[in-house]
Order: sequence, then structure tokens, then C-alpha cells
Amino acid sequence: MITLAKAINTGLRRSLEKDSRVMLMGEDIGKLGGVFRVTEGLQADFGEERVVDTPLAESGILGTAIGLALRGYRPVCEIQFDGFVYPAFDQITSQLAKMHARALGKVKLPIVVRIPYGGGIGAVEHHSESNEAYFAHTAGLRIVTCSNPEDGYWMIQQAIESDDPVIFFEPKRRYWDKADINTETSSIDLHKSKILKEGTDLTLITYGPSVRTCLDAARVAQTEGKNLEVIDLRSLSPLDIDPVLSSIEKTGRGVVVHEAPTFLGMGAELAAQIMEQCFYSLEAPILRVGGYNVPYPPARIEDHYLPDVDRILDAVDWAIEF
Amino acid sequence: MAQERLVQLLTPEGERVEDPEYSIDISADELKALYRDLVMVRRFDIEATALQRQGELGLWAQSLGQEAAQVGSGRALATGDYAFPTYREHGVAWCKGVDPVQLLGMFRGVNHGGWDPNENNFQLYTIVIGAQTLHATGYAMGLMRDKSDRAVIAYFGDGATSQGDVNEAFVFASVYLAPVVFFCQNNQWAISQPIEGQTRVPLYRRASGFGFPGIRVDGNDVLAVLAVTREALAKARRGEGPTFIEAFTYRMGAHTTSDDPSRYRLAKDLDVWKLKDPIERVKVHLARTGQADSVFFAEVDAEAEKMATELRAKIIAMPDPNPDEMFAHVYAEHHEPLEREREEFKSYQASFVDQP
Repeated sequence: MITLAKAINTGLRRSLEKDSRVMLMGEDIGKLGGVFRVTEGLQADFGEERVVDTPLAESGILGTAIGLALRGYRPVCEIQFDGFVYPAFDQITSQLAKMHARALGKVKLPIVVRIPYGGGIGAVEHHSESNEAYFAHTAGLRIVTCSNPEDGYWMIQQAIESDDPVIFFEPKRRYWDKADINTETSSIDLHKSKILKEGTDLTLITYGPSVRTCLDAARVAQTEGKNLEVIDLRSLSPLDIDPVLSSIEKTGRGVVVHEAPTFLGMGAELAAQIMEQCFYSLEAPILRVGGYNVPYPPARIEDHYLPDVDRILDAVDWAIEF
Repeated sequence: MAQERLVQLLTPEGERVEDPEYSIDISADELKALYRDLVMVRRFDIEATALQRQGELGLWAQSLGQEAAQVGSGRALATGDYAFPTYREHGVAWCKGVDPVQLLGMFRGVNHGGWDPNENNFQLYTIVIGAQTLHATGYAMGLMRDKSDRAVIAYFGDGATSQGDVNEAFVFASVYLAPVVFFCQNNQWAISQPIEGQTRVPLYRRASGFGFPGIRVDGNDVLAVLAVTREALAKARRGEGPTFIEAFTYRMGAHTTSDDPSRYRLAKDLDVWKLKDPIERVKVHLARTGQADSVFFAEVDAEAEKMATELRAKIIAMPDPNPDEMFAHVYAEHHEPLEREREEFKSYQASFVDQP
């Protein structure tokens, strides 16, 4: 059994071993091992040149990573918390995302940006956000998120091997979830979605920290005689839409679940694509269960903001009874 | 502002002068080569401006007046040294051997740059102010890891010194002792905002707060710029970290062809700077010292005309890209939704073909 944090740590270690051009950079990632200990022990084993404690400047981290990538390195940048990525927004969306196209393909930017994201850990402001839609809206970036230790182990390595920039969202409240993992062979491509539970009555479409919540909801629904299918998207850009569409054609009903605010979030895109392509299969409107369209609330009331089993089942009931 | 130290080796009147710290030993042939660079770069800039006025370019950012800062620093670079430009470093591009035609693609609107940065160690133009200084610093950090003897030069303007990215680049370069030269062309204007609107201290003095030396050089003196930049690059190669060079110059043209400087600055200021022209002083010096004669000057002018004529023909003939090229280089690896969208676009386009 291994935690998600340790699984990502081990994946990073594998990447550092496999390719001498891979390097990690970020705030407090060396001696401290990162505020979530995801990089624990790596500087001791690979040295300060490859696991770099940087000055406290997010744009500086991304901007210098771009220069290192132009020199042939494969930097993996850690942003300490979701809400701290905005100082680097220009470097990510205007520089990193567009440089390959600007050069008509003549340079590659194999950079991974790791962002611990999402709420549920009782944190202060700026430490609980789900800002994946900002990045998914930018062409040139690849956006992925793991939900379990095995995916954490493999997806981080696959992201580092990608010749495109990858924003790697890590569900921080699942860092301590444990599971047995297969470290022999990776079972699935970085940009494929995965059906975690097959069902016939309705499809729950989710990713990241909400995956476990959806599996819990499906378990409860089962006791009430409702058989839900659960899809873990894993990749938000590119979106692996075909399995989602097939599932909706089968079940006729869908609920998208994520922590991010629903307005212009991934759920809006999914609902639109499903409506465009599965119109005649739908028995009910696609519903979204997500964060409300407010700033992430103070920790004492965050449970009311985060999608939980009850809110998901409420939407499931509504769609099934529609 | 108090009188600041300014490194100068060739006065506006074309007189060679000594500097207590910097000197340059330059042959007649080398000086003539610099003169040729200056003339070619100015002629290129004038032709590009004309092409914009005639509708062949959508926009042009003139380098008029900044030729010495660009040629002096550009010629200080070794072939392996990497330059990270803004969008106005046409003179540096010339020195690095970039085909001038390639520089105009983005201004014509057929691409966003498109040249291979690694072919001449000249990165693509960067439009977001100051962003490239971090790329330069990161590249220099890579050179350190490779134990390379190369160095990097980052170009930016006076306005960029107000940007966070530039200040972050100073911090990273300083703490890692990265082999990068920060070359600031202080042309006194950030579109309409004068230098007084960016700083209360001379820019080069900012460097000391970051822990590395800053020096102000006459940006219209190609020899002084060459000497100062050479020394800064040598220091970087020796592992002594970054240097801030403030090339004190003047933007003699508009910010871009869309700008109208008559709304915010006086014509008489321009007149003062015309007397400090970077090309004229080299010409006067060459002529007065007998290192070049009228035949040489005529030859250079003729060569510049020929370059401009050829450039014009190539720009006018530059084709628009196939519209579906917009999908071509978004990602290095396969991206299924993008490919599907591209196919949809192509079939939409094809739907018009068979119409009578």
C-alpha cells in the first residue's frame, strides 16, 4: 500500500533516474521535500543541480524553466498551491503554451507544471482552488489530473515524457489515500479516460479529488437500486470524449462532478459536447454538480461548497426521475 | 539628475576618446565592417517602415537611432552565445545572421515568428514586455549545468525594467550566478511614457541592489557598446555572474508605425539626439582619419540599396499560409480533438470548391 503523495514521489524518482535531462524546480522542494513532501528525499539523492530550490517567484520558476527547456532540459516545476500559480499565468499561457506554435514547430517545450489543487483540507485562502479551466481554455497546454496512487505514479512519468507542456493537477486532499499499485507496466495512455465502475442507469463524469466522492455516491446509489457508471476523465485537455459519449448513449443520463465553480467549468464543456453529439440518446438534461460561483469559502464552511455524496445523489435522483 | 558616468570611446563628433576602464583595439577593416552593419540595419529598418506604409506589413517596430546599441552588442557575441530579443532587435538579428526576410513574417501577419531559434542562437521575438529575460536566465542556468563556455544576452527596454519578470530574472541570475548579460536599451520612451515615469534612479544603478554590477554606456557609440558588452560576456564566461548594461540611447522613430509621438514629445528633443547619431560619428571618424574614402561609403550605400530592393521583392512575394496551417504546430504530439477540428475545418472549406 502506498499513498498518492509517495506514488508521485516514486514516479518523479523513476523519471530522474531514466533521463538525466529531467530536473525538478520549485519553492522548498529540496531539503524540506515540498510542503506536501511529494519531492521528499529527491534532492539528497539527485543533488541540488537536478532538484532545485528556487527563489520565491512563480513567474521566475516558469520563465527560467522555459529557458532550460530551450537548452534541452525537461523541467518539472512545482507550484506550491493552486492559488499561487497566477503570478506565472503569463509565462504559462502566453509563453509556454504558444512558443512551439510561434516557432512553427521548431522548438519543443517539454515542461511539466505540478499544481496541488482543490479543497477539503481546512486551509486558509488561496490554498483550496480548482483553477483547471483557465488552463484547459489555453491551446498548446495539456491538462491532466490523477485521482489515485497508481495513476499518480504512471501519469507523472508520462507527463514528463511528453514533448508538450503538461499542467499536472494533483488532488491534495487525496495525497494520503493509499492503494496497492502496479509498477511493472502502465496500463493506460496519459490522455485516456477510464471507466471505474460500469453501470446502466446514469453516468457520473468526474476527475481528480471528486472521483472518490463519486465512487462513494455510486455505492450508496447501488443500495437504493440505482446502477451508476463512473468515469474518471484523467485528461482534461485533450478530452477523451468518445468513452463519455458511448456511456451516455448507454445510460441516457449524465451528471458531471467537479470542485471548480460550474460556470464555464469542465462540466459546461462536457454538457455541451454531450448535447451536440448524443441529443437523441438523452433521457434528461446533463446536470453539473460543482463548486458554487463564489470565491472559495472559509474552511469552516467549505463542506457546504464541495460536492459531496448527498449533492451528487440529489442530482442523480432528479435526472432519473426527470 | 546628477551627471552620471557614461562610457564613451567615440564622441558624437567622431573623435576617439579614452575611458578609464574600457578600451578597444580596432583595425580599420573591423571599424569599416561595423559601419557597414550600421548602414545595412538602418536601411533595412527604413525599408520595413516603407513596406508598412504601403500596406505590405501590418505593423513595424522601428529601430531607428538604436543601431549602435544593437550592432555593438550583437558583434560582441560569439557564435555560440544566445540572444533573447524583444521585438525591436533587428540589428542584433542582423549580427547573428538571421535572414532579414524572416524577421518580417510576423509583421506581415503570415506567422508569429517562425524562424528556428537554434539555427543562429537568436530566440524568437517576444512581445510581452520583459518575459524573455527569464527565458534568457533559464537558458544561462542550462549552460552552467552543461559546463559550457557560452554566454547569454537578454535584451529589453527602459519600460521593461518596471516589469516583475525582469526583476525576477535579476534575482534568479544573481543567486545562481548565471552567465547572462542584461542589456537594456534605454531609449527614453516606453510608447508615450518617459523614463521619469519608470524610475527615480538611473537604471544601471538598480543592478547593485540585486548584487551585480551595472554600467551605463553611450548607446549611440558602437565602440563603447562593443567594449562594454565584450567585458560583460567575458565576466559571465568566467563564472562571475550577470552584468546590467544600460545603453543610453534614443528612440528616434515612433514606438511602432501605429504610434504618433507628436502627441507626447517635442520635436526639439529629437533634434538634440540627431546630433548624436550613431552612424554619422563613425562615418566622420573613418573619413577624418583616412581609414575610408568616398568610394567605400558609396559601395556600402549601394549594397544597402540592393539589400532593400531584394527585401522588398521577397516581402511582396511572401505568400499567405494555407488557412489550415493554424492547426499545424499547436502541439508537438498528437492531439485528437485538435485533429478532428482541423478535419472539420478542411471539409467546411472543401464544401465551397464545387460551387458553380
